[in-house]
Amino acid sequence: MEPSTTKSPLPPRKSREVSAVTIRFCGDSGDGMQFTGSEFTRISALAGNDLQTLPDFPAEIRAPVGTLAGVSGFQVQFSSAPVFTPGDAPEVLVAMNPAALKSNLSDLVRGGTLIMNTGAFTQQNLDKAGYKSNPLEDGSLSAYRVHSIDISKLTTTALAETGLSAREVGRAKNMFALGMMLWMYSRPMEPTVKFLEQKFGKTPEIAAGNVKALKAGYYYGETAEIFSETIHVAPAALPPGTYRSISGNESTALGLVAVSELSGLKVFLGTYPITPASDILHELSKHRNFNVFTFQAEDEIAAVGAALGAAFGGNLGVTTTSGPGVALMQETIGLALTVELPLLVINVQRGGPSTGLPTKTEQADLLQAICGRNGEAPVPVLAASGPADCFEAVLEAARLAIRYMTPVILLTDGFIANGQEPWMLPEVEKLARFEPKFRTDPKDYKVYLRDPKTMARAWVRPGTPGLEHRIGGLEKDSLSGNVSYDPENHETMVKTRAAKVAGIADEIPKLSVLGPAKGDLLVLGWGSTCGAIQQAVQQLQAKGHSVAAVHLRHLNPLPKDLGEILKRYKKVVIPELNLGQLQMLVRARYLVDAQGIHKIQGKPFRVSELVHALEAHLS
Amino acid sequence: MTEVVQAKLTRKDFQSDQEVRWCPGCGDYVILAQVQKLMPELGIAKENIAFVSGIGCSSRFPYYMNTYGFHTIHGRAPAIATGLKASRPDLQVWVVTGDGDALSIGGNHFIHALRRNVDLKILLFNNRIYGLTKGQASPTSELGKKAKSTPYGTIDAPFNPIHLALGAGATFVGRTSDNDPVHLMEMLRRTAQHKGSAFLEILQNCVVFNDATFESFTAKEVRDSKQIYMQHGKPLTYAGGTKGLRLTDGHAELLDLATNGKAATPMTWNEQADVSAAFALASCHTPDYPEPVGVFRAVDRPVHHMLQEEQGVAVRTKLGAGNLSKLLRAGDTWTIS
Repeated sequence: MEPSTTKSPLPPRKSREVSAVTIRFCGDSGDGMQFTGSEFTRISALAGNDLQTLPDFPAEIRAPVGTLAGVSGFQVQFSSAPVFTPGDAPEVLVAMNPAALKSNLSDLVRGGTLIMNTGAFTQQNLDKAGYKSNPLEDGSLSAYRVHSIDISKLTTTALAETGLSAREVGRAKNMFALGMMLWMYSRPMEPTVKFLEQKFGKTPEIAAGNVKALKAGYYYGETAEIFSETIHVAPAALPPGTYRSISGNESTALGLVAVSELSGLKVFLGTYPITPASDILHELSKHRNFNVFTFQAEDEIAAVGAALGAAFGGNLGVTTTSGPGVALMQETIGLALTVELPLLVINVQRGGPSTGLPTKTEQADLLQAICGRNGEAPVPVLAASGPADCFEAVLEAARLAIRYMTPVILLTDGFIANGQEPWMLPEVEKLARFEPKFRTDPKDYKVYLRDPKTMARAWVRPGTPGLEHRIGGLEKDSLSGNVSYDPENHETMVKTRAAKVAGIADEIPKLSVLGPAKGDLLVLGWGSTCGAIQQAVQQLQAKGHSVAAVHLRHLNPLPKDLGEILKRYKKVVIPELNLGQLQMLVRARYLVDAQGIHKIQGKPFRVSELVHALEAHLS
Repeated sequence: MTEVVQAKLTRKDFQSDQEVRWCPGCGDYVILAQVQKLMPELGIAKENIAFVSGIGCSSRFPYYMNTYGFHTIHGRAPAIATGLKASRPDLQVWVVTGDGDALSIGGNHFIHALRRNVDLKILLFNNRIYGLTKGQASPTSELGKKAKSTPYGTIDAPFNPIHLALGAGATFVGRTSDNDPVHLMEMLRRTAQHKGSAFLEILQNCVVFNDATFESFTAKEVRDSKQIYMQHGKPLTYAGGTKGLRLTDGHAELLDLATNGKAATPMTWNEQADVSAAFALASCHTPDYPEPVGVFRAVDRPVHHMLQEEQGVAVRTKLGAGNLSKLLRAGDTWTIS
């Protein structure tokens, strides 16, 4: 269909009020879809919507242009009501080429809006995507509201006189698409114009070209008769406060900065680049004006080793990695727990085993975290439940590490690491401080003398006179710390280390139960599945089912009240993005016949699939 | 020598209360004694010294030093020590390692500590054998070495530790042996005084699994004729001045000074010369050449923790002291009232 080019007078367009929208931008890796999606998200956040995002991109930096392997997508759900997930299925799909259409169409809701860049639907691209016939012409898209727009050509025309190269013009077409969507959702252009001018500050001609493409897209939406209405999503009624949009990796990095302030310790991050954790390093390394230092080691073994060396020096050693990195670090984590030094290990989980699915999410490192070392090697394990929650989770993990003189593993995952949501900023003055007390008194010092309450040994900074001592990986005497091969002593030490970590349960807050205190079904979850589980449970409750949800922050030790809560429901179901790892632990620990819902596709749960699976357990 | 600022510390102050448990006759005893003897003269309070080790016979070393000490994981000492030094530049950090620990399992950390020029004093006890695991070939065992793991002889060519260190960009590289306590002491002193990564290979005798492996040139009665002592600014001569070395086409050339007299001029050793000279010297081995001992290289290069400090100051000057509340509120925020 040829758009009308009549400029004015424009008939007033209808504006429709909608409570929630899920959009997905998809295109070739080189089409700038992550950038487009992030910017649209930012504008939605500034408009006061609650939201969550799901970036989905290939592991290859640039897969061959136009192929299915090279498709990159970015989904966002924004709403005037609380948002728990990035949305099950997009109602609007922006597809920049045939491959993007092919790999994403099945997710679009029936009757949904499909905006396609027809300029990319060349025979060559259709072939690359494996289309036998052109979907624009063969009627296969009749179930959708199709808008076929030659974004490539319109962008080229709009930028004809800018003097930009064909390549530079080609790279601006995502801004045309963004402009259209901003118009469609009644958003202002100004913040994006400002952002583009900043981003391309060093190349003003590129900035001008992108702004021009953005405006061309916006005015095209306004002028062309193809969209019958604009859509308005009112601000969400979030609790009062100051907000920003944040990804899990960003809030993890900011959490580490906060740890340095709240503990008074230097935060020493020893790390090695790995997807999807590297952004934590990128963010933290900017903040050298705080008491943080980042060290990019030669490998993960050195990364965690350097962090442990820093901890020996009286600093908070931290390492950030993903599953394969943790596999390399386990020996050092074992050393940290036997010498009893604080160490924070953050695992941004991804699809495994081995290299697996580097850019996709999974929760399959729980058993690795809890059981993955040689010997009896207990380590506290925590998980973050969403992008913003990573901040709090980092503070809690660091606090426990220092208080109990132990390595702590914090699990996040690719979904919350890259996904964004609004974050109500905490007031720094109200955050609890957790400074360690270093021992300086040489009188009666024994290396493994313990605090009677926490069972932690004293932390001594090298440089403290009279407290020179040696620690190491060999078994040590339970008091002096000298190497000991005594059988009874070994058993004492193994039991003591286990009791110390188990004792953390004494200070884990009571679990909160979403729903009835007893009933037919308890849905138990951990980590990034929180939003999907909560929403699914609320939908089932609305249908009249007796269902409750409990979500775990602490996975080792488990909260003291969990066993008793499990017994109040006829059934316990544990949805996980793995084959049932928490399920196995819960069954073993509590002798409860917990059932699982398992998804191992590199993607988070959809609310609808959880509702469906849980209904099966209720019938 | 370094002024003694500490109140009369003695060798005894650096001995821990732990019983030393190396095999009787082990070369490690000599090294431990020399290190403990050196410590008081460094003028550093013992609480400001840390010994970090990996795994192996040599790695028990920290238990015997009355300083701060950390006996860590096989091969990982350079990495752990790097984190300690980078976060606590005020400490003097020593790494004690062996040929298996540093050059096999820990090879990666070893070379990266050297390329970063982390201010670590790395003592490599090279006995060309795995001792603690009871006698397997090591990465410095000579080709054909028959050991428990290689009953028909090893087919793996050995590393030259000096070449490896030089190639990794080490700013101080020295070599000595447990058979010559005086030279050992001198080399330990130089190692301690160097600013940046200092690497000292100590030829060390494993009395149980590889006895007398270096005896043919380190023994007292032969060492003057089989070893060449490199000394900065002095000619490379040995065997009572009757023999010498010079560089020809990048190779060391043997000179018979007794016969040729002044016609042949031995090279004057320069620790700061182009690294190729050190490489050439490190290629010299018996029986064709004398074994070189002394300092192959001692140069200045920016030290890791100094660069780190400079960068930190520059960033703080540019950005000002960090303010957490401001940082959290950086970028786009919106307020809901």
